[in-house]
Amino acid sequence: MRAVVTITRRSEIADPEGATIQRALVDLGYGEVDSVRVNRTIEVSMPGRDRQHVLEAVREMCEKMLANPVMEDFEIEILD
Amino acid sequence: MAETLHRRLGMTDDEFATVNEILGRSPADPELAMYSVMWSEHCSYKSSRAHLGGLPTDAPWVVVGPGENAGVVDIGDGWMAALRIESHNHPSFVEPYQGAATGVGGILRDIFTMGARPVGLWNQIRFGKLSDPHNRFLFNGVVAGIAGYGNAVGVPTLGGEVEFDPVYAGNPLVNVMCLGILRDDQLVLGTAGPPGTVAILLGALTGRDGIGGASVLASASFDAGAGAKRPSVQVGDPFEEKKLIEACLDLYERRLVVGVQDLGAAGLSCAASEPAARAGVGMDLNLDAVHLREPDMTAPEMLMSESQERMMAFVAPDQVEEVLGVAARWEIEASVVGTVAGGDRLRVYHNGTQVVDVPAASLTDEAPILRRPISRPDWIDELWNRADPHADVPLDVALLGLLDDPALGDRSWIYEQFDHMLFLNTVHGPGRDGSLIRVRGTDKGLAVSTDGNGRLCQLDPRRGAERLVYEAALNVAVLGARPLAVVDNLNFGNPEKPAVMWQFTETLAGLGAACESLGVPIVGGNVSFYNETDGRDIFPTPVVGLLGMAEPIPSLPDPVAGGMSLLLVGPEQSTSLAGTAYQRVVRGTLGGRPTRVNADQGGRSIELAIRIAHVVPGAVLHDVSQGGALVAVTELLIAGEVGARTGFGSVEEAFGEDPHRFLCLVPADRKAQVEQLAREVGCRVEDIGMTGGSDLTIAGTETVSIPLERLAEVWKGAISVRMHGAVHE
Amino acid sequence: MTIGIVAFPGTNCEQDVAYALETLGADTVTVWHRETSLDGLDGVVLPGGFAHGDYLRTGAIARFSPVMAAVEKLAAEGRPVLGICNGFQILCEAGLLPGALIANRDLKFICRPVHLRVESTNSILTRAATVGQVLTIPLNSYEGNYVPGPEAPTAVLRYCEPDGSVTEAANPNGSSDGIAGIVNPAGTVAGLMPHPERAIEDFMASTDGQVLLESFIASVDATPAGVSGG
Repeated sequence: MRAVVTITRRSEIADPEGATIQRALVDLGYGEVDSVRVNRTIEVSMPGRDRQHVLEAVREMCEKMLANPVMEDFEIEILD
Repeated sequence: MAETLHRRLGMTDDEFATVNEILGRSPADPELAMYSVMWSEHCSYKSSRAHLGGLPTDAPWVVVGPGENAGVVDIGDGWMAALRIESHNHPSFVEPYQGAATGVGGILRDIFTMGARPVGLWNQIRFGKLSDPHNRFLFNGVVAGIAGYGNAVGVPTLGGEVEFDPVYAGNPLVNVMCLGILRDDQLVLGTAGPPGTVAILLGALTGRDGIGGASVLASASFDAGAGAKRPSVQVGDPFEEKKLIEACLDLYERRLVVGVQDLGAAGLSCAASEPAARAGVGMDLNLDAVHLREPDMTAPEMLMSESQERMMAFVAPDQVEEVLGVAARWEIEASVVGTVAGGDRLRVYHNGTQVVDVPAASLTDEAPILRRPISRPDWIDELWNRADPHADVPLDVALLGLLDDPALGDRSWIYEQFDHMLFLNTVHGPGRDGSLIRVRGTDKGLAVSTDGNGRLCQLDPRRGAERLVYEAALNVAVLGARPLAVVDNLNFGNPEKPAVMWQFTETLAGLGAACESLGVPIVGGNVSFYNETDGRDIFPTPVVGLLGMAEPIPSLPDPVAGGMSLLLVGPEQSTSLAGTAYQRVVRGTLGGRPTRVNADQGGRSIELAIRIAHVVPGAVLHDVSQGGALVAVTELLIAGEVGARTGFGSVEEAFGEDPHRFLCLVPADRKAQVEQLAREVGCRVEDIGMTGGSDLTIAGTETVSIPLERLAEVWKGAISVRMHGAVHE
Repeated sequence: MTIGIVAFPGTNCEQDVAYALETLGADTVTVWHRETSLDGLDGVVLPGGFAHGDYLRTGAIARFSPVMAAVEKLAAEGRPVLGICNGFQILCEAGLLPGALIANRDLKFICRPVHLRVESTNSILTRAATVGQVLTIPLNSYEGNYVPGPEAPTAVLRYCEPDGSVTEAANPNGSSDGIAGIVNPAGTVAGLMPHPERAIEDFMASTDGQVLLESFIASVDATPAGVSGG
């Protein structure tokens, strides 16, 4: 099974990269863009068909390493 | 309600009562927020201020001493140097990359606030042992954060020091020093100027970054509940800071500012009150004009926000338009947020109504001064009397063990991640005793050494601190530079413990005495308390950053090659191994009383090193410090890829770390010149061997010989092999 | 003869490059990225640094800066255009050079001198050097790992051992084929990751950067006047 983890920086934490891209898009003529956030996705694949097990394992990975609980949130989507 | 709020903000009931007394009423929430951050340990130095008065801070070349954003010294020919050191210990534990990165950003702002262009960064970093994956994570993150910010902001990182000890595992230390240079007519101070002066907020948007970070993170200990304090993390943006540096330097060049204050800990609260207090004026601050990242922020949040990359410029009213134009040119935000007022009140407006009305100076000058109990701990005597176990090993085994130690081995794994060449002025970069950069357009070179040694200071904080000052001075002297000024970063445990306050006051006594005897002023400092985890304090870890000047810059040393005499200069090594790397690595102990500084001999060694650097062509000089004379010799041989024959009569001679000693390598035909200079200065010189061949041969009680290749291999892997997780200790 | 040095917000080597070129006898002027014309300039350098913070991808935002249209025009006229480090990355993003630069193999920033072998002298960067010559020049990058596009690049510099042999061990960042510098087919647009301006004086890692910068200056001098038509 594959799990897609989307890691987002919490809204109250600054995202200088997103802010810089937003300004560049406005400069480029996309004046209606008022916010850009840069997120990361990580795909994890594991053998087996136990959806619950994969979800729990990936959540633990996120809490331990993939996301930094200090500044990031994460969402997990299980594919196939 | 208010009672619970003040405690939540980290204020004591006594402090809260004092605020009520100052105001003659209960403070409103935004007022309480300001007092809580300004009176925090981090901003007010309340535990340390009573003790800092006795330090030597004056010299004819001191332009700005402690109390401003950075110290400034006159280096002649129309140039000045600004220097400052700061800690970012707790933030780096919570989030190592961002904690270290924002530490770099903060120290840079302290320097360009003074009108100076930052030209160099140094770091002093301490962690638990690398055998633990979490310590590797922290170490890796801190190094990457320093690199990520420093490289991108465009200021070279020129040196530093690293130590690994279990005592720092739950509380790593990250101290960063910055040096700037400026023309002598470009000095800017953190003053608000006369009534009518306009306050302009420059740089990044204000968000909920590090709300309460100053009081919550930097001023309280970590314990099992550290997770709850985590939201106070700040994210650095070196790109914004680079633009801010250029914009500010442009403003100074055009003489458009009366004063400037950076926004660091305590954010707007500090940037409004400190410059007003310094100028003896009041200020009206309009929060509705502050450019926000998050639109729904409350007044206390705006006043406490520690969003990075912001500066407050104080500008004459008729120059506001021009300042806004310069900000637009460099593509940074600028907002008129306040006006300097007569009287002494700081008034803050939000949503059109007044939310703060306090005496500006009460936030700074009336911060509490604590006289915490001081008591010499009994365990010091036990430490001094502790006898080492007789666990010595053959010299070659001991030497290999020391070279394999990550604090002594090759540190290029760290510094090759740092841009240390930008600006094309780096004459001596990282990996040496000290660093030296040229001041273009003059024949001057500025040398910096940063030094700390927690174990030495644990054994004897006073002697340890004295040793650090003399070691730093000798480190710049071997580059041909004369000591000019010192900044210190005092990292200590919980000041509520009398033993920690004893360590603190002993350290100050040592720093003061050493700087006094050297004739070098202390121009700035930073105190970091509460470095403890679960009740265990770190070693007292003062860090000294010393600036020296070489004029002219001496010619470069020759490469180390065969046929050179190995000369050991300085007083004879005593029988003490207290606090040495040998004791730690080989014997696994810490005990005894460290050898104390001898100001007379220390001064002579410094003088001789400077003279040799300038008059003996090609002489290779190297300070003897951690690992002692044998490790110092080996480091030079590895650099030159050449062997040597040498001799050491005892473990103490080989690995002792007594102060004031350095190595001098010269072609054999210049040996007499060095000896003659030593006689003139009054220094002892000992010929301890000759370079040549491909082995290091050490004659002692028995003679051992090690291929240089083997020594180099071990030395080179000390950090890099561990960072691949291959060493378990 | 004046060389323009383009500065984007976040560029940090523009003063170093100006100093180096002027030390070697050229006249330079710094051009801010908002400029739309490079008229009157005989060649340009895009120096190192972190244009727009290197956000999104290195060079991805900078390539849309107003000045880049003028850089493209200058390149189309056959005038010398040199990208150093971040400047090389921007030229690749802008399509003036083929390929792209990605993160170093070990995911670490690398700041140290490396050895480079001159592969071709048919370029504005190497015309004064000799084929096979080994140069020692500092590298200073996180994204220095060259990946070619569909068209094969023309290499002018490769990472090598001190004796000039191109080996995997001498490749510091995982670059394809050990490529450190490339040139367009006409030899007039060049990009390299190492910093030649950091190797021009005796106290530096070497003085080998001189031959590259002197090649560039000579190329600017040699480009026939009037080609651009103003």
